[in-house]
Amino acid sequence: MAEPEHPRTDRSPWNWLLVVPIVVPLLTPLYNFDEPRLGGFPLFYWLQFAFILLGVTTTTVVYQMTKRGRRG
Amino acid sequence: MGDHIVEISVFAFLFLLVSVMGFIASRWRAPQDMAHLDEWGLGGRSFGGWITWFLVGGDLYTAYTFVAVPALIFGAGAAGFFAVPYTVVIYPIFFLILIRLWSVSHRHGFVTPADFVRTRFDSPTLALLIAITGITATMPYIALQLIGIEAVLKTMGMTGESAFARHLPIIVAFAILAAYTYQSGLRAPALIAFVKDTLIYLVIIVAVLWLPSQLGGWSAIFDAADAKFQASPAPGDGIILNANNQIQYFTLALGSALALFLYPHSITGVLASKNRNVIKRNMSALPAYSLLLGLIALLGYMAIAAGVKPLPGAKPGSVDGNTVVPLLFDMHFPAWFAGVAFAAIGIGALVPAAIMSIAAANLFTRNIYKEYLRRDATPAQEATVAKVTSLVVKLGAVACIIFLDPQFSIDLQLIGGVIILQTAPSVMVGLFTRWLHRGGLIAGWVAGMGLGFWMLWQIPNAVTGRAHFGGSAFSLAEFGFDTTRTVYAGFVAVLVNLLVAVIVSVALRAAGTPEGTDGTKPDDYFADADDPRIDRDLRLDVAEGAK
Repeated sequence: MAEPEHPRTDRSPWNWLLVVPIVVPLLTPLYNFDEPRLGGFPLFYWLQFAFILLGVTTTTVVYQMTKRGRRG
Repeated sequence: MGDHIVEISVFAFLFLLVSVMGFIASRWRAPQDMAHLDEWGLGGRSFGGWITWFLVGGDLYTAYTFVAVPALIFGAGAAGFFAVPYTVVIYPIFFLILIRLWSVSHRHGFVTPADFVRTRFDSPTLALLIAITGITATMPYIALQLIGIEAVLKTMGMTGESAFARHLPIIVAFAILAAYTYQSGLRAPALIAFVKDTLIYLVIIVAVLWLPSQLGGWSAIFDAADAKFQASPAPGDGIILNANNQIQYFTLALGSALALFLYPHSITGVLASKNRNVIKRNMSALPAYSLLLGLIALLGYMAIAAGVKPLPGAKPGSVDGNTVVPLLFDMHFPAWFAGVAFAAIGIGALVPAAIMSIAAANLFTRNIYKEYLRRDATPAQEATVAKVTSLVVKLGAVACIIFLDPQFSIDLQLIGGVIILQTAPSVMVGLFTRWLHRGGLIAGWVAGMGLGFWMLWQIPNAVTGRAHFGGSAFSLAEFGFDTTRTVYAGFVAVLVNLLVAVIVSVALRAAGTPEGTDGTKPDDYFADADDPRIDRDLRLDVAEGAK
């Protein structure tokens, strides 16, 4: 399994995608509103719930694209 | 207490069930030799995806979180919802940083973050500071788990006349917890976490589907909360944020995320997983708990809509906000299901309490006992010391609750979050670069701790009428800014910490102060399960040579 001729690294351009779910949920001006409501939920709540999905999607993509044995 | 007999029976049954599981856990995935810290304290570093998901989920989302976050929402509204962004941003951060810690720990056999700092910066002093910070921050966190159980017991009417009678159920619960943690180590909470999380998911799914229909729908729930906050004179509340608490909201979310990563118990849970892919996969699966936490948080609004009045607190005239969710369940669920819900919270306290006490015990054993008291300790002696320490830690937590005002533990936990953040430059930055000088890191730690304490001391709480330690929202006006905005104290403290560390590092380097040698190699940070362990191999060599 070990490939000593290739110095190993975690470096990948895909990692930059993880900046999105770290920064977006912290930008309060983006979601600090009551309207429009969705299913009775003020925007403040449903949009932040949606950020969970954003986090899951981006981490899954980055994981799949940076798995060992797959370069690029 | 008579009218709660069904609830108490269901609660007691489920509690006994997990206690039995806790003792059986020592035979689960049994090792050849339990007398090693890797086995007792890290479950053999062998946990796969599912176990890690339950273990880390059960570890990070504690019983206290489950009662305190909705209590915060109940009291202050939107500001309490920081728990959601907090648990969204944490996983990408974990994803990028924790795998490096896992790899280097795997290579070197590190059990604690302080082990890493010791080898990376060649400084037992810095490692000692990290260890003490970790233990100090963890202790009140364990005590808070007891507060979570107490909120449930109180709702079930189990309130004795004397202080002793009132605390007896907690003492019994913790004695059982201590016994099976002693015997089974990290395997006990790992096994119990399955039950805990299944119960919590069940209860919350039922609650969010069933309760809104009882309370007139989500719109009515949010409107009821809005009406309550409109009527209250407090300036900071409301169902959305206002101009003053937005900086506090995001700095608290970010600061809490970084702090949670640094808490010894989260690192223990992560180091117990068997390879890098388990960790990476979990970072996309763990947010399921964030969804759960967000829904739990909204129980606070449901409690407002349902007209819940919190039970009285320890001091006359005060109220115990932590009882709002248990009361909501008590009012709107059939007795047997309320019993299940209470058991979920009660068992939810046991899993993190066990992991936290193991993490604190690992820190003491590796970075104080082995470093300063007995340098030639064998792995078996390490395991024994850790087991005994875990007992002492739990005893301390129970004593905190019985003999001190519970408010003291809450204050300490607030301080704990701020002080654990002060280990970030050593542990987190240290995983990427050794540019910061060990002397600079120590200086930064001192500065961050000092400033953090001072800021918390300065924060009053208008609601409870306390002059100090009234929360973590520091008014920027104190720094001389002409504003009413607030910021999370820990966030400012760690920035100053980092700044001091940088300045002192430059100064020490200019003065030619020795930096020590780095015990790790760049390649160590990418090692995976199939790479050999450096420390263990050495230890075997020594044993062979001695024969």
